[in-house]
Amino acid sequence: MIKPLKKTVSLVAMLILSASGFAQQNQPVEMADGLYQSGKIYVVVTVLSVIFAGIIGYLIMIDRRIGKLEKELKNK
Amino acid sequence: MKKNWWKLIAIVFVFYTIIAGFLFHVPAQPILHETIRNLYFHVPMWFAMMTILFVSLWNSIAYLSKSNIQSDILASQAANTGMLVGFLGLITGSIWARYTWGAWWVADTKLNGAAITILIYLAYFVLRGSIDEEQKRARIAAVYNIFAYVMLIVFLMILPRMNDSLHPGNGGNPGFNKYDLDSTMRMVFYPAVIGWILLAVWIFTLRVRLEKIKRKIVFND
Repeated sequence: MIKPLKKTVSLVAMLILSASGFAQQNQPVEMADGLYQSGKIYVVVTVLSVIFAGIIGYLIMIDRRIGKLEKELKNK
Repeated sequence: MKKNWWKLIAIVFVFYTIIAGFLFHVPAQPILHETIRNLYFHVPMWFAMMTILFVSLWNSIAYLSKSNIQSDILASQAANTGMLVGFLGLITGSIWARYTWGAWWVADTKLNGAAITILIYLAYFVLRGSIDEEQKRARIAAVYNIFAYVMLIVFLMILPRMNDSLHPGNGGNPGFNKYDLDSTMRMVFYPAVIGWILLAVWIFTLRVRLEKIKRKIVFND
């Protein structure tokens, strides 16, 4: 009962998807535009985020190392 | 992780301000233009500095009342971290000034006051470095540190308000009203301040822990 129903559903879904695909052919090609918008400010945000992530990662690493040292000194 | 929740807040808040600080709407102001966004990054440095130097002051007073060397470690490391954010504040302010006022440095009450404050605190480290005996160093440095914070209040808070200054928030105007801080800007600015303060505190605690480990290894105490 369920299997043929699944097939028809997927068929309809594919039809709809392909139809929308045809419809978009005449429009400008959609690309990953997010990073190119409004004077490419998103690129700067991404770069800064990466730098900040790096610094935070470094801080966390130092934090953990100090924690380990503290433990070792306690166990001595 | 239970003890470290505030570090997570610091990370999340500063990350948020990096993203929102660039993308959220800001009021269009003459001269400032997009540099108004520097408010999210330059000003929190000073908030962080004043907070962390207050921690330093607090511990100096604690040392004078209890003579516990731990307080001296906290006070000196806090002052050190304060210098880090203070220098970042000076440098970022200088860059901002270059592109809005047209010069890297202006003989302005607020700017010179900030520079003098930094110099006063540098003298704190010179003073510490010149005394070998530990208790004596801690006591004299603590007394000097109280003087330094009073001078900080005079040079950063009082004198700029009594004189005309290019720097916003001065010349009789105590707040940020000149910036026309609208509600969107507040939504970014306040988390930025909290985030950077917490980040400075984090660096400060790392320094303190490292110093304590060093003392344990070197002096075995």
